[in-house]
Amino acid sequence: MNDWAHIAVGTALVRGATYADARVMDIRQRDISTKNGAVGTVVESESLGIGVRVIASGAWGFAATDRLTREGVQACAAEAVSIAKASALAKTHNVVLASEQAYVDTWQSPFIKDPFRIPVERQIDLLLAADKEMRRVKGVTLAEGSMSFRRIEQFFASSIGSAIHQVKMLSGAGIVATSFAEKEIQKRSYPNSFGGQHMESGYELVESLDLVANAGRVGEESVALHSALQCPEGASTIILESAQLGLQIHESIGHPIELDRVLGQEANFAGMSFLTVDKLRKLRYGSEIVDVVADARLEHGPGLGTFGYDDEGVPAQCTPIISNGLFTGYLSNRESAAEIGEKRSGGTMRTESWNRLPIIRMTNVSLQPGTWKYDDLIADTDDAVLMETNRSWSIDDRRYHFQFSTEIGWEIKGGKKGRMIKNPSYSGITTEFWNSCDAICSREFWTLWGTPNCGKGQPQQVMGTGHGAAPSRFRNVKIGVAFAK
Amino acid sequence: MAAARKSKKSARAASAAYHSHPSADFRVGLTELRELAGRVFKLSDADETEVEIGAVSDALTRFANNTIHQHVAEQNLALSVRVVFDGCTARAVTNKTDEASLRRVVEAASSLARVQRKDPNLLPMPRQQKYQKVRRFYPMTAAATAADRARAVARVCSNATTTKQTAAGIFSTGLSESVLANSRGLFAHYEQTRAEFSITILEKDSSGWAKASSANLTDIDPEALAESASEKSIASRAPLEIPAGHYTVILEPPAVLDLVGFLFYDFAATAVRDQRSVFTGRMGKKLFGENISIWDDVYHPLQLGAPYDGEGMPREKVHLVDHGVPRNLVYSRASARKMKAKPTGHGFSLPNEYGEAPMNLVFAGGTATVDEMVRSTERGVLVTRLWYIREVDPYQKILTGMTRDGTFLIENGRIAGGIRNFRFNQSMIALLSNVEKLGVPVRAAGEESFEMVVPAMKVRDFHFSEVTKF
Repeated sequence: MNDWAHIAVGTALVRGATYADARVMDIRQRDISTKNGAVGTVVESESLGIGVRVIASGAWGFAATDRLTREGVQACAAEAVSIAKASALAKTHNVVLASEQAYVDTWQSPFIKDPFRIPVERQIDLLLAADKEMRRVKGVTLAEGSMSFRRIEQFFASSIGSAIHQVKMLSGAGIVATSFAEKEIQKRSYPNSFGGQHMESGYELVESLDLVANAGRVGEESVALHSALQCPEGASTIILESAQLGLQIHESIGHPIELDRVLGQEANFAGMSFLTVDKLRKLRYGSEIVDVVADARLEHGPGLGTFGYDDEGVPAQCTPIISNGLFTGYLSNRESAAEIGEKRSGGTMRTESWNRLPIIRMTNVSLQPGTWKYDDLIADTDDAVLMETNRSWSIDDRRYHFQFSTEIGWEIKGGKKGRMIKNPSYSGITTEFWNSCDAICSREFWTLWGTPNCGKGQPQQVMGTGHGAAPSRFRNVKIGVAFAK
Repeated sequence: MAAARKSKKSARAASAAYHSHPSADFRVGLTELRELAGRVFKLSDADETEVEIGAVSDALTRFANNTIHQHVAEQNLALSVRVVFDGCTARAVTNKTDEASLRRVVEAASSLARVQRKDPNLLPMPRQQKYQKVRRFYPMTAAATAADRARAVARVCSNATTTKQTAAGIFSTGLSESVLANSRGLFAHYEQTRAEFSITILEKDSSGWAKASSANLTDIDPEALAESASEKSIASRAPLEIPAGHYTVILEPPAVLDLVGFLFYDFAATAVRDQRSVFTGRMGKKLFGENISIWDDVYHPLQLGAPYDGEGMPREKVHLVDHGVPRNLVYSRASARKMKAKPTGHGFSLPNEYGEAPMNLVFAGGTATVDEMVRSTERGVLVTRLWYIREVDPYQKILTGMTRDGTFLIENGRIAGGIRNFRFNQSMIALLSNVEKLGVPVRAAGEESFEMVVPAMKVRDFHFSEVTKF
């Protein structure tokens, strides 16, 4: 692997590049799904190739190929240089990178059980057992389960002398019960929507979820939702469970802090951000208790955004994003850090695969735990809606206005959890929402959730991101808008 | 991997081509794809074997702030093998084509299949089929170079600089080849080129957008698209905030596309059987307005895509909605058997749990131009584009999302000016029941859905629920 990367970098320099890096990635994946007692998908796949990124004539070029021969790799590197020279035809300035050291290192994400060594029939049997439990519940019309596993081995080399070998193991699993009745489709997912929970972990993650034990409850809730109370409309206190809050963080903090968005580089597709550079260290993003970090280090946890080095050879870091409510940091790379005068990249360049250009991506963007015990938070709340498990999500292209709906809600009255609520939804403006946060639960209620389906870039890349969160309370939030007539 | 699938001589030729003429046309070719499939068949001892090979050569020039900031190209070949042993099936995929890797991918698929329970619904693989010819490969598009795209981008960026505007967008070109073959004698081959240009023109408090895609690069006019986006940006300066509520809207084709695109899987027979389609219990009943008719038609001159499905069955033109009444669904072979219908050639590659879907929706249209729609509107909103659309309710088909890059107030038959962007929560059933005027259907390109042939629409009582800050 490392030979190909070094050959690519060497060729690019000979061809006229002033900077070059290359990633050889070998990706193995297993996807399994079941539906209504039968196996749906059973697929194993592998993909190996190299991506070469260069600066030549002051502009960027990138080429990728699956032809891992000396000729193929050299041709790919030459193509990257040729593309960079073409880019210079529409150039306003030379690319400048924030300085970075060279690293020679190896990093591996820890795991206990290699999911690829677990017999596939055992994995299918587990999903079918959960499927059976869901369909035991009268009224469940569709039972689904899925598992996905990914092993990524990559070697990075750059013209500043870095040579970094990394291996990541990713696992995920979840179940969904759907109930169609009358004129309504209701569903419940466990442990989260988007295929459940996903982490940088081995098969031990799947075993820890106890899908079968939760399947009956999930089925019952999907059916019970039909006769539940419709979510009211108006202003209300809401409590978000940690998985929904994880997605709230993703959309209304994680994306707006991407510096490429802020600088206009995503204007045509993913959009821009309200967090213009004049707001750094000045904007009150949230209330005093809101502390958010972007942390790619293993000590934050084995999230989907955990690594040793990013995909331009910058070590994993923890960047304070919101500190006591104040906006304090962006997600950056070497180019954007230089552009706003920062000394160093925040280390957030990530690529979906060998054939995609690394771009700024969320790592683990997490809300730090607060001090509340969960039961105390409920007992302290007089009138609210508790919302759980995302069902739909949408936010404008500058990340001001959002609307979320969840699969299920619960009435909180007089400090007690009461009746089930169906079709819960809430909406708001990002900074107003985070400034209305007045309680965050403590570390024991904090979960590092994995969002496996974050889309960004052109060509679009799908990336996994991590979001730690604990149940939290927000005041005076608009609810019920999604179903308002 | 090309060295493994090409002779040394052809690999050297390709390498030389990289150096002397950086054309993007790196077709593997039918002969080599056929030969590769044949090598897989020889390695398999399964009852049945299916090989699917897809080769792509894609490039994309990306610009923002009036400069090219990302510029990429890729070549890749994916080889996918499905085997059947005694009624059990599974698939494995690789992008490595050396002998050992081919042997490994066949063994991987076989190992996965052998440990499964027998599937009573699994049908024998189809035998050779006849396909209608479609021409979707344009050599000039395949030969487009990085410099060709960069020069076009340089022109639109230069124009934007002159008008003190900021341009951001993409210009991409590429080609794909695919082969689908099985051990019962089926062999299908398809090749296609693709070109796409998308541009956002930004000003201090406004923006405009335009996008086009085609199999043929000569259909794409970057400067005309840039001019259209520029005009929208100018016309939407100093946007006013108007209150949320129910408005008559004129949805330009990309906005229509990104909404109706959310219906595509509802037309799958498997979705109806699973009771998760908006058409569950509603087939044959009037659901939309009289002026709504929808087909799936891969042979439409504005459509792209292969004339066969994931199992190699020929795609049929299917009349899905007839004057507001959902009449037909699309079927894979398996769902057709379960639901006592004929397969329509819309199945996904097996094994899968989703069945099938129409990928080439074509809406019936009318004759009204957007200008005529505006002139006929006393008070309403003209929408260029929608963004971040998500399903709120699958059975009432309520969608939420935002307007973006060119939202205008219409007063007394004229564009009164730009307005701040809205959030909408809108049932698609209600929307398609409230269409007052239809434009001529065009190949529309958006960001939420794959391309379809749809008209502009004038729709009454569209529900904007909230306003954002810009």
